[in-house]
Amino acid sequence: MSRRLPRGGRLIDRDTPVTFTFNGRELGGHAGDTLASALLAADQVLLGRSFKYHRPRGLVASGSEEPNALLGIGQGAASEPNQRATTTPLQPGMTAVSQNHWPSLEWDVGRVNDAARHFFPAGFYYKTFIHPRPFWKHVFEPVIRRAAGLGTAPTGPDPDSYEHFHAFCDVLVVGGGVAGLQAALTAGRTGSRVLLIEQRGHWGGRAPVDGVNIDGADAADWVNATVQALEGMENVTIRTGVMAAGVYDHGYVIASEESLPEGGPRHRLWKIRAGHIVTATGAIERPLAFAGNDIPGVMLASAARDYLADYGVAVGDRVVVVTNNDDAYRTALALTEAGIEVPAIVDLRESGAGALGEAARAAGLTIFQGTGVHAVKGNARVAKIQLCRQDGDGAVTAELPCDAVAMSGGWSPVVHLWSHCGGKLTWDDAQAMFRPDAGRPPLGADGRAMVTVAGAANGELSTAAVLADATRAGAGAAGGEPGTAPGADDPAEAPIAPVWLSPANAPYALRSKAWLDYQNDVKVTDVELAAREGYESVEHTKRYTTLGMATDQGKLSNINGLATLSRALEKPIPEVGTTTFRPPYTPISFGAIAGEARGETFQPLRRTPIHGWHEANGADWEPVGHWRRPYCFPKAGESKHDAVAREINATRNGVGLLDASTLGKILVKGPDAGRFMDMLYTNLMSSLKPGKCRYGLMCSENGFLIDDGVVARLDDDTFLVHTTTGGADRIHAHMEEWLQTEWWDWQVYTVNITEAFAQVAVVGPKARAVLETLGGMDVSADTLPFMTFADGELAGIPARVFRISFSGELSYEVAVPASRGREFWDAALAAGAAHGITPYGTEALHVMRAEKGFIMIGDETDGTVIPQDLGLDWAISKKKDDYIGKRAQARSHMTDPTRWKLVGLETLDGSVLEDGALAVADGRNANGQGNTQGRVTSTYRSPTLGRGIAMGLVLNGPDRMGEVLDFTTLAGGTVKAKIVSPVFYDPEGEKQNV
Amino acid sequence: MLLLRCPNCGIEAEETELTPGGEAHLKREGPGSDEVSFESYLFTRQNPRGVHFERWRHAQGCGKWFHAARDTVTMEVLGTYSAQVTEPPAEIRAEIERRRG
Repeated sequence: MSRRLPRGGRLIDRDTPVTFTFNGRELGGHAGDTLASALLAADQVLLGRSFKYHRPRGLVASGSEEPNALLGIGQGAASEPNQRATTTPLQPGMTAVSQNHWPSLEWDVGRVNDAARHFFPAGFYYKTFIHPRPFWKHVFEPVIRRAAGLGTAPTGPDPDSYEHFHAFCDVLVVGGGVAGLQAALTAGRTGSRVLLIEQRGHWGGRAPVDGVNIDGADAADWVNATVQALEGMENVTIRTGVMAAGVYDHGYVIASEESLPEGGPRHRLWKIRAGHIVTATGAIERPLAFAGNDIPGVMLASAARDYLADYGVAVGDRVVVVTNNDDAYRTALALTEAGIEVPAIVDLRESGAGALGEAARAAGLTIFQGTGVHAVKGNARVAKIQLCRQDGDGAVTAELPCDAVAMSGGWSPVVHLWSHCGGKLTWDDAQAMFRPDAGRPPLGADGRAMVTVAGAANGELSTAAVLADATRAGAGAAGGEPGTAPGADDPAEAPIAPVWLSPANAPYALRSKAWLDYQNDVKVTDVELAAREGYESVEHTKRYTTLGMATDQGKLSNINGLATLSRALEKPIPEVGTTTFRPPYTPISFGAIAGEARGETFQPLRRTPIHGWHEANGADWEPVGHWRRPYCFPKAGESKHDAVAREINATRNGVGLLDASTLGKILVKGPDAGRFMDMLYTNLMSSLKPGKCRYGLMCSENGFLIDDGVVARLDDDTFLVHTTTGGADRIHAHMEEWLQTEWWDWQVYTVNITEAFAQVAVVGPKARAVLETLGGMDVSADTLPFMTFADGELAGIPARVFRISFSGELSYEVAVPASRGREFWDAALAAGAAHGITPYGTEALHVMRAEKGFIMIGDETDGTVIPQDLGLDWAISKKKDDYIGKRAQARSHMTDPTRWKLVGLETLDGSVLEDGALAVADGRNANGQGNTQGRVTSTYRSPTLGRGIAMGLVLNGPDRMGEVLDFTTLAGGTVKAKIVSPVFYDPEGEKQNV
Repeated sequence: MLLLRCPNCGIEAEETELTPGGEAHLKREGPGSDEVSFESYLFTRQNPRGVHFERWRHAQGCGKWFHAARDTVTMEVLGTYSAQVTEPPAEIRAEIERRRG
């Protein structure tokens, strides 16, 4: 059994007990435990089920590479699925549940998949679920979706908060093992700003576990002294519990911090900009491929050593060590020293180990050299190991009862961060590993290497070499002198044997039980099958077999998988290559990515000066860009539909009030302003007289309509441009682009003054009476005729009054300083009370403009519509040589007479057409879809006319007045509508010009 | 995430402060231009593997446009310069020559 030993465990505090539950059972651990170590101490070896075959799974690793021990942590809305037990610190009261099984972890019906696994080979889904075609949607997909997935995502809103944190440094060191500490120390001594981050909760990495000596002292002592030295340096910041997830262009690094104290944010996302990055991320031990290597109790030799040294936990009572290198001997020696039986070290190498081998013999350990594993046997737990000749085909030579197997297939440098931005790898034949190729690094903005790798991550596996490498890396990153590296005594090691399968000539029956990817159930035979079926590229094999596509992203399986592929293809490993390393290194939470950007802080909210009145008076809000505009103002018990009708009727028959402050206002000024305005607009603006207003259209260089609005000429060299609400920033940027990048010699300034003014439209037959009551300016038809403006004062407030109309009624738009907007609004309400003045919202605005046949950018336009499509030829100057979009509008497609053009549409039955409905035409197109001859762009119920009205773009529309077309409905039917003029109300324009 | 020095305000700007503007030094084709030239001006772009002259706007900063010479493979920035030029200036060309040989 696995159990807590009476002594040992450098990371746990035996005086602080911690209770937690696993699948409802209450268990005990200690402060400093991970969830994994506490479960192992409680002899909970079975922790989950694999994805495809639902095979029993236990701990393989002790760190972030763990593929199996994925648990659901917490309860309710704050719960998190798929958390790695190995990196989850044990917390008092923690609740953990296992995943991917039904009805229980111990007895799972999905296990039938395992019995039938010969029928579920690589590519099974692709091969099986393709016929008959309709079955995918109705049978296969629903069943697979129910069976797939590991943990269960919470359904409630996340109750926690998250934050983003920005950090800047000259040198970022990732990894707090001895390499990272030494690199940070060396860089720190140059005076550079250094940030050192370590993903785990403690410093020193593997060195204290491995019992190495540095400068004659215990590694643990050297680590403590170095951490103290770093803490004493003002220019150095060191943080544990921060995992570097990804390296991006020009020294940008994303890191995630998940173990934070209660009361603050749950997770923190670090956004780090570093001058140079040192990755001292260590190496990950590889499993060995042999039959039964996935049975709970088979784990990495380094993990068995970690659980012993860090947590005082024995992974079993009888632990057999299997290895192709010297390092696993350390595990055998440590276990023996702790009083745990090691029946044998099974060394795949004929020649055995170096100094550590001698130490093992001296400790009385049995070593089988040149020996492989026929199979590990056991049901949900290791029961025995059967040995064979490594170079043979698997005939059993011995059998050892045991309850755990510690295996080592060698070490793979953690090269992820190096590779994220294009750092290249080289195959090291002697050490059987891919290591960073220092000659092909990722480059920074200055064209020099922006990442340096140090220590085991760089392929240096002895402590002395690690320290020398880290010293060099730290100095190089900071641009200083390395000084002398600390020394270390390393035992002389025999070379690793590049063995990727045991035994070497294992027959199919054994290979099909030798796992490469534990979480996704990919076996040696699956990769061989992929190779046979032509998946020669490692990227294709990965996707076909799902090797390395689980939540651990192949940290354990990739190298073994591509070595297997290399053998199957009879090509050397470097020719097979690796798959692409992509961020994040380990999963980070969506909450951390979103950070503060949720709820009210998701994006800024822009408020007009009159926003508060709208809020207090029951506005039904509509988001428009970052603004909120009132859609309508429903009274108690009134539907939105009725409110809109009431607002329109009140405006058309009396007077309405609209907050138009959101409309864009851009000042264009300078000696060349007129010339520039003529390029911006399709019509002639330079001829506009000061004091007058003109409606104009703006197009892109592609010819398409991008904005419209009224221009007022303030004086000879000043124009005030009104844009749509959503267009203010975009059009201002458009102007600046042309001024700065094309006509930079023109003397023109632009400034976006949208928020400097509140703008209120006073609209309706009684509008003039309201302004006269406010008093202070002559607003008569003679003094202030239609399409003019005047500056003055209304109710004692400085005002610019425009005689413009978007409703077809007598209308004044009054611009006042933003700070006095609310004051003006209140004054207008008071002055209009006698006339029943009625505030109206955007929907009444839209309906009234549609009744008048005025286009709306974004309704009648969609980025493919030119002014000529909308019957706006009158607003396109024939006199001008040029304007933005003019050349494009002369292209053959733009002048095609069959372009759909704007018309009004009236249903025969008075109903309202559906938005976006298509006008059907005879026949079918090449895809078998019904042909169309037009579409609805705006559609409303008009309270003024008491019926549905619409505008739309129709083939040869203006030439087909009176013709009746069929329009689609979502229910699948059609409705008949007649082509009419788009101007439904007051076609002569008599009402607005009084 | 790129870092580009805005030559107008001198800020070492994060990519999130910037708006990309595509290939630099296009010659505008207006009314009267032939179909091929106009199509090329509107749509045909170099998309090189290597040094690319491109337009950026320091949109969340000083608001000004500038040009950058950037290697599209290595992300190396060989210089940023004024938007008010019709071709890369001599010092940018010299820098490219110096680094690329």
